[in-house]
Amino acid sequence: MFGEQLVNGLALGSIYALTAIGFTMVYGIIRLINFAHGDIFMIGAFFALSSVTLFNAPLIVAFLVGMAGASIVGILLSRLAYKPLFDAPRINLFLAAIGAAILFENFAMLVWGPQTNTFPVLIDMHNYSILGLKFTTLQVIILVCTIIFMILLHLLVNKTKVGIAMRCTAQDMNTARLMGINTDRMVYVTFAIGSSLGAAAGILVGMYYQAVYPMMGFMTGLKAFVAAVLGGIGSIPGAMLGGLVLGISESLGAAYISSGFRDGIAFIILILILLIKPSGILGKVTQEKV
Amino acid sequence: MFFKVLLNLTIAALVLYIVVKFLSMLFDQVTFWVTSLEEKKRRYLLGGFGIFLIALPWLTAGNPYLLRTILIVGIYIILALSLNLIIGFAGQLSIGHAAFYAIGAYTTALLTVSLGLNFWLAFILSFVVAGLFGFLLGVPILRLKGDYLAIATIGFGEIVRLALINGGDITRGPAGIPGIPSPSIFGFVFNDNISWYYFIYLMVVITVIISYNLLNSRLGRGLIAIRDDEIAAEAMGVKPSYLKILVFTLGAALAGIAGSIFASYIHYVNPDSYTYLESVTMLMMVVLGGIGSIPGVIVGAAILAILPEMLRTVELYRFAIYGLLLIIMMIARPEGMISMTSLRGGKKPSWQFLKLGKLLKPSED
Repeated sequence: MFGEQLVNGLALGSIYALTAIGFTMVYGIIRLINFAHGDIFMIGAFFALSSVTLFNAPLIVAFLVGMAGASIVGILLSRLAYKPLFDAPRINLFLAAIGAAILFENFAMLVWGPQTNTFPVLIDMHNYSILGLKFTTLQVIILVCTIIFMILLHLLVNKTKVGIAMRCTAQDMNTARLMGINTDRMVYVTFAIGSSLGAAAGILVGMYYQAVYPMMGFMTGLKAFVAAVLGGIGSIPGAMLGGLVLGISESLGAAYISSGFRDGIAFIILILILLIKPSGILGKVTQEKV
Repeated sequence: MFFKVLLNLTIAALVLYIVVKFLSMLFDQVTFWVTSLEEKKRRYLLGGFGIFLIALPWLTAGNPYLLRTILIVGIYIILALSLNLIIGFAGQLSIGHAAFYAIGAYTTALLTVSLGLNFWLAFILSFVVAGLFGFLLGVPILRLKGDYLAIATIGFGEIVRLALINGGDITRGPAGIPGIPSPSIFGFVFNDNISWYYFIYLMVVITVIISYNLLNSRLGRGLIAIRDDEIAAEAMGVKPSYLKILVFTLGAALAGIAGSIFASYIHYVNPDSYTYLESVTMLMMVVLGGIGSIPGVIVGAAILAILPEMLRTVELYRFAIYGLLLIIMMIARPEGMISMTSLRGGKKPSWQFLKLGKLLKPSED
């Protein structure tokens, strides 16, 4: 029982971690909690689903379609809705993000219908036993995918020119602009990367639960936000750690406390972490000035 | 299907942008006209409006559907004004207001149906219980700022909804509680829309008076100071946490009243009426009308409560349009239709928008 829940939690946690990275990257660069991120996650899953049902695409292609589609949506979102508000008070930007979230949810409802769509099974299911823990093929795929994405992201952020420019922009946008970095482009790149990772998580969730529906991004989005805050918002390793901690505590909590309040556990963690250590596990403490 | 919806929404976005721009001009003109009236004339205007409100149910006598819509508008005005206390005056973004609405409604339902209590007692207890929840929630989470607070309140809203669904025999799960009796006073039973109208609009007037008095008191000025700059306000001797918790409690309690009225008016409560989207609708009312501006919030509540009735033909698009509207409002008119600054009077607004050059270069304003 404990082992099963632990594996479940690991799989769930990797998905939260992938989604939380999008939150944390966007927050790092424009100090916005991109509330629509959860819905980009859902849009990505729907794109992948459509490519499978309409064109019989293989899994890899479906992944690519979902991730590419979602990153286009992310860039459009930041260009059309957020760009005009970069200089406005942050609360306006956040309200626009909420607007975008509602828009995406209802857009998906209009296009794909409010019902739950079944994600077709594209792989053979086996059970594996590693270190005494039982994994299904899907769980292995989720873990492997997450690890691959994390390594790629780490390389991109730390080893490439784009990554350096991105980190500069996150640290100080004005100075970065003075140094000749096209900060607007960096914002779009951030949105594209965050959205495509979110979409990957969405597709994995769709496969894991074999269900894709318009509101799937709402709860996962909120939980990924909790994961990002838990790890320290703005920090990429923090988001990974936060996601795993949240996923495992949620699975164990649902198993041992109450499954009806499964979704409540994340919020209790959020309120606790914000009260005890608002900067998160790996976050930096910032001082506010008048 | 994908491209059809995309096309429709693009057209909707353009139309909304023009409508928002045009309405802003219109409201600027009207606000300027009203604020520049003499005190005496303004009183006549207010008096005329009062008489209109009293006569309204008789004017709509032939159309019960219209009167019912007006009642719902009244309930939303109370909700939007109570949310405005929190968002507009204290500047604390709360997107879980439907939770307090639900708590008020369920308190009334449980007390009148399960315990057989008198409505008026349940009504007062709804106020108290919702306020108590507001207080208990406010103490820990009002330390958070801006968007963090917003997410925490969304979380609270979801927890309340989950608690109602999983409440077992007490809340009767998703099925809800039917059979809430109509209130009565001295043998007079509130069972037609006209008596409900007077009751609801009496509560609206009381809420408006509370809002105005709060705004013009020492407390209200403290709240505005907190909204503008919390740290500076604290340095000036305002106690932010005390004031924020106070106004959060009051806002929650007023939402509880609205819930109590709604539950006994439709004689039924179930968790579906108090979702996240309901909280968003309330938020939209405040934002559309003008954050912090009382006439603005009333207008915003009226527009957004009537709009779905008019959008019946495009019902499916309703919330998509809300989402678009929120984004467009933030870009085109973030201060809302009747903003707090325009209420204080000022320069005469112009009809600049009607010139085409302005329309082609909207980024200039």
